[in-house]
Amino acid sequence: MSKTIETVDDVVIRFAGDSGDGMQLTGTQFTNTTALVGNDLSTLPDYPAEIRAPAGTLFGVSSFQLRFSSWDILTPGDQPDVLVAMNPAALKVHLKDLKKSGLILANTDSFDDKNLALAGFPENPLVDDSLHEYQVIEVPITKLTLNALQGIGLSQKEMVRCKNFFALGLMYWMYSRPMEPTESWIKQKFGSEPKIAEANDKALKAGYYYGESTEVFASRFEVKPAQLNPGLYRNITGNEATALGVVAAAKKAGIPLFYASYPITPASDILHNLSGYKNYGVKTFQAEDEIAAAGVAVGAAYAGNLAVTGTSGPGAALKSETISLGVMLELPLVIVDVQRGGPSTGLPTKTEQSDLLFVMYGRDGEAPAPVIAAATPADCFHMAYEAARIAVKYMTPVYLLTDGYLGNGSEPWLVPDSKDLPAIPVTFRTDPENFHPYARNENNVRPWALPGTPGLEHRIGGLEKANITGNVSYDPDNHDFMVHLRAEKVAGIAKDIPLQEVYGEQNGELLVVSWGGTFGAVRSTVDKMRKKGYKLSHAHLRYLNPFPRNLGEILKSFEKIFVPEINLGQLAQLLRSEYLIDVVQFNKVRGLPLRSMELEQAIVKTLEANPAQGKRS
Amino acid sequence: MAGTNGNGEAVKQSPAQPKKYTAKDFASDQDVRWCPGCGDYSVLAQVQRILPDLDVPKEKQIFISGIGCSSRFPYYMNAYGVHGIHGRAPAIASGVKSANPDLTVWVATGDGDALSIGGNHFIHAMRRNIGLKILMFNNRIYGLTKGQYSPTSELGKKSKSSPFGSIDYPFNPVQLSLGAEGTFVARSMDRDPKHLQQVLLRAGKHDGTAFVEIFQNCNVFNDGAYLLYTEKETRSDNVLFIEHGKPLVFGKDNDKGIKLEGFTPKVVSLKDGKHSISDLLVYDETAYELAVLVATFGDRPGFPVPIGVFFQIHRESYEKMMTDQIEAVTKKRGNGDLDKLLKSGNTWVVTAN
Ligand code: SF4
Repeated sequence: MSKTIETVDDVVIRFAGDSGDGMQLTGTQFTNTTALVGNDLSTLPDYPAEIRAPAGTLFGVSSFQLRFSSWDILTPGDQPDVLVAMNPAALKVHLKDLKKSGLILANTDSFDDKNLALAGFPENPLVDDSLHEYQVIEVPITKLTLNALQGIGLSQKEMVRCKNFFALGLMYWMYSRPMEPTESWIKQKFGSEPKIAEANDKALKAGYYYGESTEVFASRFEVKPAQLNPGLYRNITGNEATALGVVAAAKKAGIPLFYASYPITPASDILHNLSGYKNYGVKTFQAEDEIAAAGVAVGAAYAGNLAVTGTSGPGAALKSETISLGVMLELPLVIVDVQRGGPSTGLPTKTEQSDLLFVMYGRDGEAPAPVIAAATPADCFHMAYEAARIAVKYMTPVYLLTDGYLGNGSEPWLVPDSKDLPAIPVTFRTDPENFHPYARNENNVRPWALPGTPGLEHRIGGLEKANITGNVSYDPDNHDFMVHLRAEKVAGIAKDIPLQEVYGEQNGELLVVSWGGTFGAVRSTVDKMRKKGYKLSHAHLRYLNPFPRNLGEILKSFEKIFVPEINLGQLAQLLRSEYLIDVVQFNKVRGLPLRSMELEQAIVKTLEANPAQGKRS
Repeated sequence: MAGTNGNGEAVKQSPAQPKKYTAKDFASDQDVRWCPGCGDYSVLAQVQRILPDLDVPKEKQIFISGIGCSSRFPYYMNAYGVHGIHGRAPAIASGVKSANPDLTVWVATGDGDALSIGGNHFIHAMRRNIGLKILMFNNRIYGLTKGQYSPTSELGKKSKSSPFGSIDYPFNPVQLSLGAEGTFVARSMDRDPKHLQQVLLRAGKHDGTAFVEIFQNCNVFNDGAYLLYTEKETRSDNVLFIEHGKPLVFGKDNDKGIKLEGFTPKVVSLKDGKHSISDLLVYDETAYELAVLVATFGDRPGFPVPIGVFFQIHRESYEKMMTDQIEAVTKKRGNGDLDKLLKSGNTWVVTAN
């Protein structure tokens, strides 16, 4: 039978199920196929910290949200239009986010007494009318999968595990996506297990044809490709982009990349990616702990490699003493902090922006270090590249802040040509004539002199040293001079970074100032509000230390400064202390991206407040 | 070797042939600031003395240290050097060595630096068998912080931080490094320069992690800790010099030896007519079990403390495997092309319209 196809512009789907149900895989497959169709997209994976939490429990629910659209989008969306609920717990956890009148696709087979009780439903919500505000589609996904796989020669358990492909196939049908990309992925992935490959493939198709043949669905949807800038695109997560960014930087600099790291969520994917790039001359070192990873990186930097270490909050704390040494030794080093919910183990699989002040100030002594932050998953590539450029040009440790949302989330990336990437010139000192380890160039930068170079034998260390000669010095005035010099060197980087751009009018009543992974949520909210006629502009910071040199001027051109952050106001504090202005804070620390609706409400309130209220002075 | 060319002019030495250094070539211009009489002076002198025999150019020698008296070592060497942070020298050194396996990387450390704050890096460097030569100056005390007991201080040690005696059992560094999979494990003494030189030279030539525990006297905070082993009158009865292929003999006039009864070592007299040299345990430095057993001697009442090379085997080093793996993958996949990498994965083209 033929069904009508409705065209829609913008869809948010959330796949949710047990952490063993394969929801991350399902979401990733849908994402990759959607990218190939040409939609713009944005994703938000969300999974529990436990690898296999007990089945059916609320805390064991894993989800993958995907938004795709025929226009440019910046966020994975606040509220899903569609919730695929593989079990009652998934429904329970995610129902509150679903749009009113949104669609619930429920796997009825899992709505048994045991699972309903585990999810805390006294009655089956599929029958008690509590979901009357939504469109509910009941599909016995498990049973249908088993039927489709009869006689294939797999155990019941193995067949049940294919049910996520059934759900995927059904959603492919519903949103008119091709099955080929997933079919070929299955072939590749399960090449050595032909039975499993066949089963997954069959389940996928069964889901697809179920949509076509059953009466349950009256219509299906289509989302036309987005008008993206022409070029070659690739769907990429922030962690993949970070890995590629440092590989590209090392190649352009003509030096080997050395990545030393200790596994930590959500940064481990950077290590996973880089450890596969051996034929790009990449050395990876899985250290015994976070401290060692930083130490190994310092050693590799001394020996002339592009040294990078990646971590997340607690690991950044452990590395701190070694980064201070890096500041003292004046060696190039990139530290990637994929921020997660803290303090302590906090919410290890969730996102947060709460390490900003830590990487700014969390070192012993006066130990200045540049800090930059990526705005979107794909931007991680460019900022990782930039971190490397600054590190080797200024012989300094540089922090790159990303976060769990950026690291795991993905978006289409317009892939650059390597020849268009900015040059990263590196010169190693070789001339023994007049060599001094702490002599400085016009940027106050000392030479990079590698062990192995004849005639340059010298000693460096954590003790305070005399400028130029690098000899140990306890002289009070020398120390004062060196403390200032190191600070000036970092501050001087301001002249080498782009000026801050303002989106919207360059002055006016309200400027929203954000940084890091909130870019998408903030920019789309500002956009939406501007379309409604509100007067506001947006400045998104990617350089946090030093700040862009025109930032002070910009801030003074607006009556109110509104700073939304997923922390308790860390950028707000920096702005206040640096520019002696007050700012209005908006802080939501839920371990999730900011929600556009909340942001809008808070901005409206700020706009409506009497002008003096936003200021403290 | 210098020669002459056809015109009878002297030809410069080929740079491939390292010039023959003397100990002086490795002394830096910095004033040595250890307390007068400190055992560190001897270690410094012996290292400078053996370096010429390694035939490694000066610029390829690098000394890396942590924090403590011993960790000032790099400043006094005319070579490359990094004075790092407390306990982290093996980590920094591992980065240097894996980034450039061509360098000869030394770690100068102490009992507190290596076994306490840096214990984790120490054991993991051994486990990886990465090419570091770790010289641990063991003075059984914290010197730089002015006299607290260390992880090698004996139980009951009275010190600034343990006025009533410490209640910490000490580590036996040799046992620890054997347990951590060390492939070269040795012990020597500051006051036995000849022996120290021999051991250092062997450590210098070892492929993989070499660990040398050096009994070092801190004459300010723990003077005489090793007197029994270093003084002429007491040394021979209290020190067992172990040597590959030689029976375990010690004592004045070599009158004592050690034999095995089952798994139990026994000190026997070679004078009482009951035992002869042929009854004694013959040392084999490639036998792990033997090394582990002999390493305990110093802690057994009535036994001498063993000095020498306990263990040496060959095992592929970390840096070698790292390089080989990169080569193998590159051979298989071809030299990585950056643009290909960037454009890999799920890609699609958007055309202008
Ligand atoms: S305190 Fe002890 S170990 Fe340190 S330099 Fe003085 S004598 Fe040597």
